[in-house]
Order: sequence, then structure tokens, then C-alpha cells
Amino acid sequence: MIRAVLALIARDLRLAGRVGGSGALSLVFFLMIVALVPFALGPDLNLLSRIGPAILWLAAVLSTLIGLDRLFQADEEDGSLDLMTAAPVPLELVVLAKVTAHWLTTGLPLALAAPLFGLLVALDGTAMGATALTLLAGTPALSFIGAVGAALTASIRRGGLILAVLVLPLMIPTLIFGVSAAQAASGGTVPFFVPLAVLAALTLIAAVVGTLAAAAALRWPE
Amino acid sequence: MRLSVDNLACRRAGRRIFSNVAFALGPGDALAVTGRNGAGKSSLLAILSGRLRPDAGRIALSGVGEASLPECLHAVGHRDGLKASLTAGENLLFAQRLLGAPRSTPRDALGRLGLGHAHDLPVAYLSAGQRRRVALARLLVCARPLWLLDEPTAALDTASQAALAGLMAEHRAGGGLVIAATHQPLDLSGADELRIEAAAAAPVAEALEDWA
Repeated sequence: MIRAVLALIARDLRLAGRVGGSGALSLVFFLMIVALVPFALGPDLNLLSRIGPAILWLAAVLSTLIGLDRLFQADEEDGSLDLMTAAPVPLELVVLAKVTAHWLTTGLPLALAAPLFGLLVALDGTAMGATALTLLAGTPALSFIGAVGAALTASIRRGGLILAVLVLPLMIPTLIFGVSAAQAASGGTVPFFVPLAVLAALTLIAAVVGTLAAAAALRWPE
Repeated sequence: MRLSVDNLACRRAGRRIFSNVAFALGPGDALAVTGRNGAGKSSLLAILSGRLRPDAGRIALSGVGEASLPECLHAVGHRDGLKASLTAGENLLFAQRLLGAPRSTPRDALGRLGLGHAHDLPVAYLSAGQRRRVALARLLVCARPLWLLDEPTAALDTASQAALAGLMAEHRAGGGLVIAATHQPLDLSGADELRIEAAAAAPVAEALEDWA
């Protein structure tokens, strides 16, 4: 059972790195959004550093959507999903493995690159570290919530837009607590730990509910 | 393993495709499913592989312990389940790790189907017939008692069709089961034939009742 899950993760990581995969694409998209904001707002460093964490989080939410529409659709189209139904592992574990691979190729690189991209929005050292930490804790929730939408739209051609409309509202709580935790680190009345704990709780809830819901949506498409 | 199907019915998008399908298979048996286009051959295979819920009827399985039907079968159909950007060998190795019960190595399995040279080629470079043979090689890398084949000879040349017939005979000699949906006469000696007829023959009143 463990071997099957590891095989799935390894395959998805390999596919992300090959031609047509979305390996580095979400990271580049993240950089594009973050780099555009200073051009739009002008060189007001105080303003930028105040809204910097919010910009990084908003960019992370949007770039998580990249590649999400193909998460299950690609496997549904070529029949790989039938292969996974026939595997001696529950579909929930298949979903868990695929979402883990998705997070490893999108969420994790975003969190690791956040301190670097923080330079573009004039974040100081504390805010950079805090934003990276909140992204590390919060992006798994984005992947799990997105997986539910991806499973529901797996058999719809060009379901990418429907997917975005479906899952973006559900990502709002994660966004709120992610930004408030990142801002609490650089001053404010709320201690840093409180919103971070809520964020971690949201990730855990999303992991359970998202896995079960996505597997249920995949199991009976009609 | 033994498989028996009773009174199976299928409904897709509110329309009854077929009903009263029944058959029983024991070790070494084969079943050729025939019928015109759209009669429901692929739907029958989809129900057996657990992708579609039957509208009525019962599927019973014995002799495989705790395993469910989808865990006992290989399905090869129109959608071949191969990733174009991975090589044939990588695709088969993934299937072997995912499905468990490893038998021959991907290289040997490809060799049996005359595709030993394609082991390190991305599947995107292969022709339709070669892709189909890579999908058929999956039958060999994992040991599973039931083979569900949907038009297995489509796009295959005569030599590959003969190789497939040999594989099926070998599988049945080892106690395996084969269910194949086909239009062309397959080389399945002693196979039962199940002809799926159109449900259009069913009385209209029944259909109206179902809608009510």
C-alpha cells in the first residue's frame, strides 16, 4: 500500500518535470504577480511593506490554481484513473498521494521562494520569515481544497474556469488567517501564534475533508 | 476465481442500455461479448471494472479471498492509461508498483509483444498499434486473474493479434479468465458468446414507468 502511494507521488513529480508538465510554471506565475504590484502602486516603500504579506498570499492563492485543473482531468482523459481504481489501495489514498505531489510542485516552492520575492515588496527580515512560515503552513490547505474542485470538474472539458469559481470562495478563510498571521509577526495587537494555529487547523481540516470529498467525487462521476 | 453475473442492467443518462445480462465464468473460461455499436459492450466492462454503477442485478465473486472485483482484474480499453511523456518502461513500472502482484519485468513483457526496443522511448513517439501493445504488456507485468479487454485487436497488425491470442491462451491455461468485447472474431477457443441486444425491444410502457 505504501509502495503504491510512493509510486504515485514519484510518477506525478516526474510528469511535472517533463514536457507539458506544470513544474516551474506556478512559481513563474507567482513571480509575475508579485513583480507587477510595485509597478501598479508606485515606489511607496511604506505602503508596499504594509501590504506585502497580503500580496504574497494573494499571489500564492492564484498560482495554486495553475495546474490544478489538470490534477485529475489528465488522468481521467487517458484512462490512468481507471488504473488507480483497480489498485489495491482506497481512492482516498490515491487522492492524498496526488495532492501531496501537487503541493510538492507548487505550494512548497512558493513558500521557499517567498523570502526572496518579499524583497520586491520591501518586506523586512521578520515579515519575510513570517510570510514564508504561514505559506508553508497554509498552502497544503489550498491544494486540498483545490483537489475537491479538480475532482468535481475532472470529466468536464475546459473546466478550469469553473474550477476557479468553485474553489476560490472556499480558500477565503485560509487567505484571511494566512495574511493576519503574517501581519501579526511585524507588529499589531494579535500575537503571531494565534492566527498561525488557526491556519494550521484549517490545513488539517482541509486535508481530511478535501481527501474524502475528492475521492467521493471521483468514485461516481455520473 | 469464479465470477457470476445475474440479471445485470445498465442505465446511462436515464436511458436503459441493456438488461437481463447473465453469465458465469470459472477458471480458464473466456467470454466474447458482441453486439452492434452502442449496444453497451463497453458499459458492461465499465460496470465490471467498478467505474459504473449497475442499475440492477448482482455480481458475485468467489475464490479470491477479501479482494474486490476491481482489484482482481486488468482492463485494457480505448483509453490506454499511458502517459505520453513517460517512456514505455516507466509506464509499465508504475503500473506494476501501483497494482502490486509483480510478475515479469517491464522489459520482458515488452519483449513478449515485440516491443523490446521501445522500452526507453517516450510513449508519445509510438504509433497507435504500438501504444496498444504497451497497454497489453501491462497484462504481463502484474498477475491478475481476470482480463477485461475492450476491442483488444483494434489497431493491431496480424502478428500482434497472434501474439495476443497466444497470451490469452496461456492466461486461460493458467486458470485465468478473459472477457473480451469485440467485433472481430477473436482466437478464443471454446469461449462462450454473450450477445448484448438493444434495449429498444423492451416495452415502451416500462420505459415510461421508469420516468414517472
